Amino acid sequence: MKRIFATFKIAIRALRRNKLRTLLTMLGMIIGVAAVIAAIGIGNGAKAQVEAQIASLGQNVVSVFPGSFSSGGARGGWGSASTLTPEDAKAIEREVQGVVAVTCEVRDREQIMANGQNWNTQVMGESPDYLSVRAWSLSSGAMFTDTDVNGAGKVAVVGKTIVDQLFSGNNPIGDTIRIRDMPFKIVGVLRPKGVNFFGQDQDDVVIIPYTSSMRRVSRRQYLSSILIQAASPNLMARVQQDTTDLLEQRRSGREPDFIVRNQLELAEAATATSRTMTALLGAIAGVSLIVGGIGIMNIMLVSVTERTREIGIRMAVGARGHDILLQFLVEAVTLSILGGITGIAVGIGLSNLVASRLNWPTLTSTASVVIAFFFSAAVGIFFGFYPARKASRLDPIDALRYE
Amino acid sequence: METQPVIQLEELHKIYHTGEVDVHAVRGVSLTIQRGEFVAIMGASGSGKSTLMNTIGCLDRATRGKYLLDGTDVSQLNRDELADIRNLKIGFVFQGFNLLSRTSALENVELPMLYTHHHLSGREQRERALKSLEMVGLGQRSGHHPNQLSGGQQQRVAIARALVNQPALLLADEPTGNLDTQTSIEIMGVFQKLNDEGITIVMVTHELDIAQYTKRTVVMRDGVIVTDAPVTDRLKAETELERLREAQQAVRLAP
Repeated sequence: MKRIFATFKIAIRALRRNKLRTLLTMLGMIIGVAAVIAAIGIGNGAKAQVEAQIASLGQNVVSVFPGSFSSGGARGGWGSASTLTPEDAKAIEREVQGVVAVTCEVRDREQIMANGQNWNTQVMGESPDYLSVRAWSLSSGAMFTDTDVNGAGKVAVVGKTIVDQLFSGNNPIGDTIRIRDMPFKIVGVLRPKGVNFFGQDQDDVVIIPYTSSMRRVSRRQYLSSILIQAASPNLMARVQQDTTDLLEQRRSGREPDFIVRNQLELAEAATATSRTMTALLGAIAGVSLIVGGIGIMNIMLVSVTERTREIGIRMAVGARGHDILLQFLVEAVTLSILGGITGIAVGIGLSNLVASRLNWPTLTSTASVVIAFFFSAAVGIFFGFYPARKASRLDPIDALRYE
Repeated sequence: METQPVIQLEELHKIYHTGEVDVHAVRGVSLTIQRGEFVAIMGASGSGKSTLMNTIGCLDRATRGKYLLDGTDVSQLNRDELADIRNLKIGFVFQGFNLLSRTSALENVELPMLYTHHHLSGREQRERALKSLEMVGLGQRSGHHPNQLSGGQQQRVAIARALVNQPALLLADEPTGNLDTQTSIEIMGVFQKLNDEGITIVMVTHELDIAQYTKRTVVMRDGVIVTDAPVTDRLKAETELERLREAQQAVRLAP
């Protein structure tokens, strides 16, 4: 142990003797490690954000969207079909197994008014289960009920943005807003959810019973989507299949005019993107670490040649080959670890800079720091071994005579 | 056991295989050196004296023949075992001093202890190194780096380093080769003092007057020993230095 410490001291002294060279050699490691740390930090941040977005969509959700509509050879895009009905939703709830809740959704944009102010916003017709399916909750008041749905009640739950825009942030419960000149009573305020993955303000919303939307506001006879909550993640694929089968059956052989999406597919697609990004950044960072390692090897070979005489002296006074090997190996590892530690600091600083300047979320994990540290030590050992072994195999006499 | 020689060479040969020609540097040397001796090995360049010295110093291995150091046959030892012998049993002093630059005198002297197996504590190492420096009269200069010391002082540091592990044998390869006359005599004085304290010394030199300070002269030519005789009119470094000083004084006082 004491011997290792003494060897370490010799290494530090040798490195300090040539400060500029040490710094330049370390720079390779610093850039490599900093790149790894920043890449993983940015990648993890993106992944965490995507995961949060996915989670905010709700738990175990299978969605049904209208398909494309074609008329006389002209084909509309997805969602152009207008055949998804509340009856479909009821049939799903009745016949598909493993379903916890089914909600109908009718989306619409409306100009709304309150307190002499007006605002254009998304008015969503929903079932009372909507909030639990979307894993959303209220900050005050209560969600409307099935009675409101059956009676197409003029009640509404509003998001934070609506409260800010029309009520100057005051609690609006009990007040009314006018949608298409009809008064809707505000019964609840949604907990703020912020901006979603696509940059959309999720709090800029008014939720009313879907029946109210169909009969009074949008006056559409079809649904924008049906959200189905499965009892568990394992059941999602089956619910998706059963729903598809059921809807096809209900359309008895006509061209399918709907799509059934599984939330997991979405999550996988999104995380796959961020995983690819992380892997790509990681690969670039890995390459720069190897380049850093080669830099260390190069400088260690130079150092061994320069210090051949010193090696000879050490051998003459009794250093074994093993002692010389250890000395140069410790020197290489010290170089790479110092570079690694600096690199970790620079990397964390870099990802914080990215986070604050570019407004990207970053997440530096302890694991990535630990891995970067040990990886840099490993680079030192790997690339330091060959020069160190070369030094240890020198012949004492040849080494002493070296000019 | 008391009479066991420090060095016992029997029919030692050293052949260098360099390219096409084999160089037969040492051609059958037999030599016995007892404890407490002070031997000068002399000869012209190429006489094989340095090769012999390197072999005795376990820096190199003989091609043929037997070498007993302190009773142990070192001709069969491997690299690591030879390193341990150099560390514990032999102190080596070189013509070019071979000190580590940018390293203090004290740390240079501590160097062999760094490679000793039963490791001493840092304080013990320092104490031993200081004692060793005091033996060569450099106790006050322990913090100086080699480039702050004169040639003679550097060679004293090298001697202190050679002595620090209390070896049975002190070897010196042209120790005065890089020094002026007065400093050479001073170094020989150090050797004589150490020899008086019981340390066996073998040195290589080509200067006859330097050999006069030793007790026995071995002359080599073409890889073999041609003469081996005790020194008859041995010089004492103290008196020689005194004489030199008087001569210098005289020059300065002369009109």
